[in-house]
Amino acid sequence: MRKIDKISTAERAMSVVKDGDTVMIGGFGLRGCPFELIEALVNTNKKDLTIISNDLGNSGAGLGKLLTNKQVKKLIGNYYTWNPDVSNAYKRGEIDVQLIPQGTFAEAIRAGGVGIPGFYTMTSEGTTLGETKDTRVFDGKRYVLERSLRADVALIKGHKSDGLGNILYYKVSRNFNPLMAMAAKITIAQVEEIVKTGSMDPECIVTPHVFIDYIVKEVDNNECR
Amino acid sequence: MNVDDRVLERRIAMNVAKLYHDLDYSILMNLGIGIPSQVSNYINNEYVYLHAENGIVGVGPMATGNNIDFQLINAGRQPVTECRGCVYVDSAMSFGLIRGGHVDVTVLGAFEVDQEGNVANWIIPNGKQLGVGGAMDLIKGAKKVIIAMKHLNKNGKTKLVKKCSLPITGYKEADIVVTEKGMFYFENGRIILKEIACDTTVEDIRIHTEVDFEVAEDLKQMID
Repeated sequence: MRKIDKISTAERAMSVVKDGDTVMIGGFGLRGCPFELIEALVNTNKKDLTIISNDLGNSGAGLGKLLTNKQVKKLIGNYYTWNPDVSNAYKRGEIDVQLIPQGTFAEAIRAGGVGIPGFYTMTSEGTTLGETKDTRVFDGKRYVLERSLRADVALIKGHKSDGLGNILYYKVSRNFNPLMAMAAKITIAQVEEIVKTGSMDPECIVTPHVFIDYIVKEVDNNECR
Repeated sequence: MNVDDRVLERRIAMNVAKLYHDLDYSILMNLGIGIPSQVSNYINNEYVYLHAENGIVGVGPMATGNNIDFQLINAGRQPVTECRGCVYVDSAMSFGLIRGGHVDVTVLGAFEVDQEGNVANWIIPNGKQLGVGGAMDLIKGAKKVIIAMKHLNKNGKTKLVKKCSLPITGYKEADIVVTEKGMFYFENGRIILKEIACDTTVEDIRIHTEVDFEVAEDLKQMID
């Protein structure tokens, strides 16, 4: 069950986020990041957020703004070396960080979206990132058990949406966005363009509209921030 | 980086690339950050398709000037182009290709490789890094693992060590290690030096290497 009129402003859509929520945010190294939704999330000043994302942008840019604004309690993701603020905040004990290998991270989100609570993978087996995980041997090889990831809200970046929320992506901006769209209670999509429903080729749509709750047309199409 | 370093890195990249010059089949190859990313400059075979784990199957040459599209970067965040027949995939599909054994070869850098072929390349404890990236997925999932690295670290100590001292990325996963001094093949628990650089000798390599290795009967010369 989802609302019929999904087109919204970033500010109105962001009113669904509460203190302490878990929020998934798409993007890889600032590409495919929903910058205007992140800006709106910063403006809500909601605190104690758990942020599930590949990285945390750069220092003070993209997702980095959430850390600068002290809204983060925990980060679950893959690669924070690009933003040295993360390692500094972690060393000072201000935030918790859970590192997950990138492929396991992607699959955990996909699994979360499609009703699979956990899965086995050989990635990280025997390493310090796998040492606390349950293992099982299949066909002579040892695998670690990974839990899937879900969130209260997902913020994603698409290229085009129709009025229903069928979404297409652009080049490597796809990355985690279609996966996160599936894995949250509420998904908010920032898109560059909203086209007439029925005008997209049904064979080419990447994210079906049933995963989308809010569609926000971006004001300033500038991927370089 | 001084000129000598650049020359040595180019030699390493060229000698990895030459392994894939004459193929009568196509392969999917993933290149890590650093020296491995330079391998693409020397591949002259259109049937070597490059995979970037942020979602590209079919990476073309580096983008420059008007060719730069800010939404088309590789996993090292460098602007790239599409090759003919390029496909974009989401991150789960991208790593499904890796984990599922569909990536034929990955070329990775490393801090250390040891006698058993264990590779340490993801983190130096208490350093500035905080991340793991795709290294653990690639090292376990790719069919062949080539390590492209300098023979010595910045302190002049060998990176081919008896036993890794840094956190391991993958156990017994190295298939070939290419340094500026030689090409070492890890085969059934043995390490065999099969090619040697023009400016060194087996004796010199032994001095700068902790692992025990054999020398191939038909020891060849690396290209330069």
